[in-house]
Amino acid sequence: MRGWVALGPAAALLVAASAQAAPRTHVVIMEKMKFMSVPASVRRGDTILWENRDMFRHTATAKNGAFNVDLAPGAKGKTVVRNAGEVAFLCKYHPGMRGVLKVVQ
Amino acid sequence: MTARIALMTAAALLIGSPTLAKSGPTDAEIAHIAYTAGNIDIAAARLALAKSRNATVREFAQTMVRDHEAVNDKALALVKKLKVTPQSNATSAALMKQAKETKKRLSSLKGAAFDRAYAKNEVAYHGTVNGALKTTLIPSANNGELKSLLETGLTLFGEHQKHAEHLAAELKS
Repeated sequence: MRGWVALGPAAALLVAASAQAAPRTHVVIMEKMKFMSVPASVRRGDTILWENRDMFRHTATAKNGAFNVDLAPGAKGKTVVRNAGEVAFLCKYHPGMRGVLKVVQ
Repeated sequence: MTARIALMTAAALLIGSPTLAKSGPTDAEIAHIAYTAGNIDIAAARLALAKSRNATVREFAQTMVRDHEAVNDKALALVKKLKVTPQSNATSAALMKQAKETKKRLSSLKGAAFDRAYAKNEVAYHGTVNGALKTTLIPSANNGELKSLLETGLTLFGEHQKHAEHLAAELKS
């Protein structure tokens, strides 16, 4: 019983720490020649799961070179956001398809 | 100028053909028109890939081949599933006649002159097909899956048209 009591505060600390730092995964869908469901803001270390639901090949290409995912129809691909700031991205095959990721610390 | 008149004739046929105005084209005719329209753009892109050395033009042409082949593959699978035989008609014949003239004209050009003419034609061609999809083909389609594929085609052609406009503007400067 004493062991449990001692463990309590340590476990609480661990949970709190992981809740603060746990990276999240955001799904961005490529559909009808658009990037849908782009999250309002993401944190450094978060993952973007790009999902191409179109019958066309698409890319998610960061203008600053931070990432470049090339996806066949129906394919999915992941990128991890490394730096804070605004990252503009587009599909290099369909330059009308574009979006911006706002990355906070 | 001849090319422009031919394109206008094709556009007029697509949008307001008197033979189609009464009841609109059938699904078999629509399938033939849409498939032909895609094939024409693929052929134009192949010509560009054979003739152009401009990297931006070549990338654009590769996208045209890839995207239109994707739609046409779906269209073929759909007509097979629906047991519809695409039927040639006045509109698809006009499109093919126009495409033949465009190919002849583009084939005679070289270098930057070819690139500019190809980009300009892509703007006009996608505009014409977009108009036809919106005013005639989509409203006339009976089958839901065909209508949905045509709508996807319209989204695609719209993006391609803007892309072609940017390309044409870039080549002018």
